[in-house]
Amino acid sequence: MEPLQRVRSRTVVITSSNIDTDQIIPARFLTTTTKEGLGRQAFADWRYLADGSPNPDFVLNRPAAAGCRILVAGRNFGCGSSREHAPWALLDYGFRAVISTEIADIFKSNALKNGLLPITVDAATADWLLTHEGTEVDIDLATARLTLSTGASVGFPIEAFARHCLLNGVDELGYLRSKLPDIERYEATRPW
Amino acid sequence: MAARTLFDKVWSAHEVVPETTDTPAVLYIDLHLIHEVTTPQAFSVLRSLSLPVRRPGRTLATMDHSTPTSSDQVFGRIPIKVDAAARQVRQLEKNAADFGLELFDMRDSRRGIVHVISPELGATQPGMTIVCGDSHTSTHGAFGALAFGIGSTEVGHVFATQCLLQRKPKTFAINVEGDLRPGVGAKDLILHIIGKIGVSGGTGYVLEYRGSTIRGLTMDERMTVCNMSIEAGARGGMIAPDETTFAYLKGRPRAPAGGDWDAAVARWRALAGDPEAIFDASVDIDASAIEPMITYGTNPGMVIPVTGSIPGGAGSTDPVHEKALAYMGFTDGDALLGKPIDVVFIGSCTNGRLEDLQAAARVLKGRKVAPGVKLLIVPGSQQIKREAEALGLAQIFKDAGADWRESGCSMCLGMNGDTVGPGQYAVSTSNRNFEGRQGVGARTLLVSPLTAAASAVKGRITDPRELV
Repeated sequence: MEPLQRVRSRTVVITSSNIDTDQIIPARFLTTTTKEGLGRQAFADWRYLADGSPNPDFVLNRPAAAGCRILVAGRNFGCGSSREHAPWALLDYGFRAVISTEIADIFKSNALKNGLLPITVDAATADWLLTHEGTEVDIDLATARLTLSTGASVGFPIEAFARHCLLNGVDELGYLRSKLPDIERYEATRPW
Repeated sequence: MAARTLFDKVWSAHEVVPETTDTPAVLYIDLHLIHEVTTPQAFSVLRSLSLPVRRPGRTLATMDHSTPTSSDQVFGRIPIKVDAAARQVRQLEKNAADFGLELFDMRDSRRGIVHVISPELGATQPGMTIVCGDSHTSTHGAFGALAFGIGSTEVGHVFATQCLLQRKPKTFAINVEGDLRPGVGAKDLILHIIGKIGVSGGTGYVLEYRGSTIRGLTMDERMTVCNMSIEAGARGGMIAPDETTFAYLKGRPRAPAGGDWDAAVARWRALAGDPEAIFDASVDIDASAIEPMITYGTNPGMVIPVTGSIPGGAGSTDPVHEKALAYMGFTDGDALLGKPIDVVFIGSCTNGRLEDLQAAARVLKGRKVAPGVKLLIVPGSQQIKREAEALGLAQIFKDAGADWRESGCSMCLGMNGDTVGPGQYAVSTSNRNFEGRQGVGARTLLVSPLTAAASAVKGRITDPRELV
């Protein structure tokens, strides 16, 4: 994985809370056997009309959304299924970070393993971001702080090991495999 | 040693390396359940690194999400209708063969929804750690296992090492006391709990369902409750194993037998949490006050008694309430009772077990599905299908005019082509009422099997107590 240290971009805002993984990538697209190409189907049921044409009312179809790498969303983003297709779709679309007051556990874990930053912020910061679409946000993973265009800067929590892996481009599986001697010792102690 | 919860005991027994500030715990996984949808990318990682599945014997593979439910397609007289689904099914057959995994494939008599067949086989056991690339893995917590859903990258981690890197979650006691009223079941109970703690109330926690009401539930009912823990945001939900658990497991094909059985039961008895154990959070639920429940919106926390009316969203700055009601075609203050419906689905890992089908049959016996309503009944496994046929339930369903199918996830998420049409109202025993979950534009109302069957008969949203 490529090291990831900083994401700096204008934002796209979807104000809804509880955006579930069926909205991020509907189940009918899960018949794929690869990770690639899911960006076209991200938010498919909100993004396209019944005839397949872009829904002009949906934020990702507005010209200002082009090139934005940070998605700001209402609370409890990514709830629902464990499908890793959700972060794959957002990354393939071009997002590198999601900001909300609350992000669902499995989505957060999946996002971190793919280089999509799941950033939780306090309610005041979230409210400001939700009402200032298109603002420039600078996310610095090394210091775990994000800076707004106003100059205001807030810290965000991020699991220490995931941060280490992202900053250094380290694959978690390599670390886990380095523990195989411990795993073998553990297996030898079990009753089965 | 400090008093420990059920969760603490299972967690600490599987810590290969404890967590530190800098690194998560290395957690050993006893049982890895896999299916066709979330594994292809994980097998690709193994191939690219030339790694084997490290413990094939701890892996149980089946196909359930993309598989057809029509007998003709399952047993090969006509091809699988959805091409991409057919490719995914063939991919799992190839991956299982290449990596030496036992696969309950499409024509296997033991096949079914992964969360239904693992308990049925006795593979799910108390005190185990169980994972699957599927959020409803929480179902297995009904046996006192620590069971949770993972993503495909983590599926690859388990394949390669039989372990996961995990931070220890917090614990949340759901204390339930009192008798459930007639016509009120496990599904109503869990919908009520989700309504009370909210769809993110369990985020960061493993739930433990406790109290006299929980102890009085059958295993099928306990599985319904634990299954929907994820709908409250909790990755896992557990119930302490007891005599009900042991009686369910005894004699099942993969349960311990002979002297091993007695030793296992002795181990399992020690799993219950210590009386003085402290939880990070708790809530008390009065079971005797719960009514048959139904969802009205687009997440499982938007739920009311079937006799109730939709609460107003006034004063809320959250656009979700209004957006959800617009999607559902409802308005504030609407009563749901008596609203016409198009489709009824009885099945899924939430309510596709034998007792669920027996409940539906109680209502449907000697009655007919209302004209214009489609009733789809999909058993959770092929074994349940056979049992339902032997007990005469299938005949009751067919006589009522229902469509009786082969097992699978089916219309819960519509991956296999079993979908609800745009704008149609579907009364469903599944677990998610998200927009488009059962088909593009589909409007889902989550209920118990009793309420689903009663609504099918009347063609309208119906209080099941009118018919039982």
